[in-house]
Amino acid sequence: MTADRSLKPLAGASALALLAILAGGALLSLAIEAMGGRTEGFATFDSYLWRIARFTLVQALLSMLLSVALAVPLARALHAHPAFPGRAMILRLFALPLALPALVAVLGITSIYGRNGLLAATFRALGLDAIPDIYGLTGILIAHVFFNLPLATRLILSGLDSIPEDYWKLASQLGMNGWARFRLIEWPVIGRNLSGIAGLIFMLCITSFTIVLTLGGGPRATTLEVAIYQALHFDFDIARAVSLTLLQLCLTIAVLAVLGLSGRPAEEGFSLHTATRRFDRPPLGAKLLDGGLILFGLVFVGLPIAGTVVSGLAADLLRLLSERPVWQAILTSLILGASAAALSLIISLALVMAREYLANERRDAPPTLFERALDLGASLIMVVPPIVIGAGWFILSRHFVDPFSLAPIMVVSVNAAMAIPFAFRILRPSWDTAASRHNRLCAQLGIAGWNRLRLIDWPALARPLGVAFAFAMALSLGDLGTIALFGNNSIQTLPFLLLQRMGSYRTEDAAGLALILGFLCLLLMIIADRGASRLARTESGNNG
Amino acid sequence: MRPFNTLVKSAILAGALALGLTAPAKAEGKLTVYTYESFTAEWGPGPKVKEAFEKQCGCTVEFVAVTDGVALLNRLKLEGPSTKADVVLGLDTNLTYEASETGLFAPHGIDTSAISIPGGYQDDTFVPFDYGYFAVIYDTEKLKNPPGSLKELVEGDPKQKIVIEDPRTSTPGLGLLLWVKSVYGDKAGEAWDKLKDRVLTVTPGWSEAYGLFTKGEAPLVLSYTTSPAYHIVAEKTDRYKAAPFEEGHYLQVEVAGQTANGAKNPLSAQFLTFMTSPAFQDAIPENNWMFPAAKTSTALNPAFETLVKPAKTLILSPEEVSKNRKAWIDEWLSAMSL
Repeated sequence: MTADRSLKPLAGASALALLAILAGGALLSLAIEAMGGRTEGFATFDSYLWRIARFTLVQALLSMLLSVALAVPLARALHAHPAFPGRAMILRLFALPLALPALVAVLGITSIYGRNGLLAATFRALGLDAIPDIYGLTGILIAHVFFNLPLATRLILSGLDSIPEDYWKLASQLGMNGWARFRLIEWPVIGRNLSGIAGLIFMLCITSFTIVLTLGGGPRATTLEVAIYQALHFDFDIARAVSLTLLQLCLTIAVLAVLGLSGRPAEEGFSLHTATRRFDRPPLGAKLLDGGLILFGLVFVGLPIAGTVVSGLAADLLRLLSERPVWQAILTSLILGASAAALSLIISLALVMAREYLANERRDAPPTLFERALDLGASLIMVVPPIVIGAGWFILSRHFVDPFSLAPIMVVSVNAAMAIPFAFRILRPSWDTAASRHNRLCAQLGIAGWNRLRLIDWPALARPLGVAFAFAMALSLGDLGTIALFGNNSIQTLPFLLLQRMGSYRTEDAAGLALILGFLCLLLMIIADRGASRLARTESGNNG
Repeated sequence: MRPFNTLVKSAILAGALALGLTAPAKAEGKLTVYTYESFTAEWGPGPKVKEAFEKQCGCTVEFVAVTDGVALLNRLKLEGPSTKADVVLGLDTNLTYEASETGLFAPHGIDTSAISIPGGYQDDTFVPFDYGYFAVIYDTEKLKNPPGSLKELVEGDPKQKIVIEDPRTSTPGLGLLLWVKSVYGDKAGEAWDKLKDRVLTVTPGWSEAYGLFTKGEAPLVLSYTTSPAYHIVAEKTDRYKAAPFEEGHYLQVEVAGQTANGAKNPLSAQFLTFMTSPAFQDAIPENNWMFPAAKTSTALNPAFETLVKPAKTLILSPEEVSKNRKAWIDEWLSAMSL
């Protein structure tokens, strides 16, 4: 083995350590601060906590199942029709919900399914006496599927894209029907990544806060995250906040452990990758079904976004775009988002490379704890509430530096950490596939280090890297940051400005800013798609 | 998705304002004021207050803004005695007892005779700068017969929905909880049990509730008596009105105080005195959308004259609120969760 390969586990370990320090440091510092303070701790670990813990799990599991169950056929349909009209635009649209602040999404969803929404208007127009009532579990599930169906679809699709073209050629030559193709070709790839994707969605939903409270209809719908916020913010009971965070972590690990059992890794064959082209000619029935599925996905995701766009267009966009604070916020968001995305990509790549290296080295032995940690551990950062990380580091740093000056660093690192699970899942299938195809060849030819990265890995990775960067940046663009406690006078992001206007009656301004935010995100996806494919083309052109 | 979006608004100031703030200090004195962020927003009272006081004192005012009044107190607790704050502006009366208990505040020692708050306000540590009443706002296009009392709200048609805020996460939510408590007393649990059917949803903060209301999701929302003034002045519409309640309205008083550290800075007391003068108070009504706590230099905008004038002012003592808040929230939870 060459030196560069043996460095991979070290890189992975460092990446993991970084995340552990970010979350663990905050928790530890809070725990120390809490000692000697007055606390309720788990004293009221009563029926209330039990109830909200149960509700948290149930809504997250249901949201996850629904999102994944819909995403698998949708991703298959999108993959089977590379020439579906507007396909590229649909995929970009699917990245938008990620960048929308929860409140904007909630208002978009109510503009369709609410008591005064499009659906209600349709009922009225049809002379029906029904008012849609989504407040409760229904509303929560609609919102969570709105956020996660497009995400899951894109992630599954990126797995399907890593299937070598020869498979489809062969399947078509052998005259495989749809079911056989699914079972023999698609499922091994989907299944291998599915538990990870499901886990990611589960974690996103377990920490849901604004959506659960606003659409939940009352305190019956309360998540642990609400209790953590309440403990830290309203009650200033640090010990309780730490205990609840640990409880949330443990529950998540338990559920992920159960989920992990289902994803049996399959071995992958060796093939030279060209552009994915499907050779199968689906029968008309399948075509119609796939078309219907894609249309459903488009309508389901597109309508609330359209609602947001309509409200946004009612705003005085010209005035907004002539305001200096708006431009400053756009600039701040772009700079912070790009930094977070870059950092997140570096860490994710280290994790992905180390995991594949270890998996490759152990051959048929069961994965070690370290390998599993590389896979899942990084994602756990998502269930440590940003307010907890913020408070912990505030306490820790106030003795050494002015906490205000740390604000940009904290925003970037927390946003980067939160984006890692996404970036990791986008990069992993491509990296693993590329590695399994090239490892032996490269070893035979003695291609390693920089040369291998430039000639072999880069062409295969350029596109997923571009997509992962855009995703991570979109996620950071929509995020408010963790800096409630790191008050700082010089950073003001776009979502911050949006919520500030929303919080002072300026609803129209807020809608206009949401439109600008969505537009930025779409632009980002387009640039990433175009740029990455061009890069990949030039590189492979050079090779040939 | 990003769960804390609406609540943990990052505590940062308006960009334009920040530029002004980071300008080099022009005089020797500097006053650091911790406050909430809507106070320092470009349309908030902050910029005007800063300009007026800096002219008067020949010093520099630095604002540090956090999400809201609760975050303000938390911030202070985290920083402890070494806090940089000279003055803390923006706590409300539900927080003053807890704030005094921290021992981080010093008596103000100023003449507060200019202050005029309904029901009176006397405190050695905190000085009020504005006040407002909680109120149920209704949409006149959707609702012809708004409830005339809290009782009518509680017992009225459950099909006419109201959006309220959560007392576990927001100040208005806690306000409604105390309002119901001061009217119903021991029967508050039963009242909530009845009101429950009328509640469309309970949002984490004011923005979500008011957003759903203006989207037309419900004809009623919990807000302030001053909310219609914004719509009249800024949007030239009187579509949204506050419903006057027979039992009276619950009062929210916003206060400021100097920290023990700040007491060593003579500018702190000077600022608190300035706060009771028209130069400060002028910035309150149409920037903070609250009632001024002392005289303004000119009469208020006529829109304020059209607002509901509560028949009775309801308020519980800070100590009582602080000691019972948890028990009352538990009562609310069990009534609302059934």
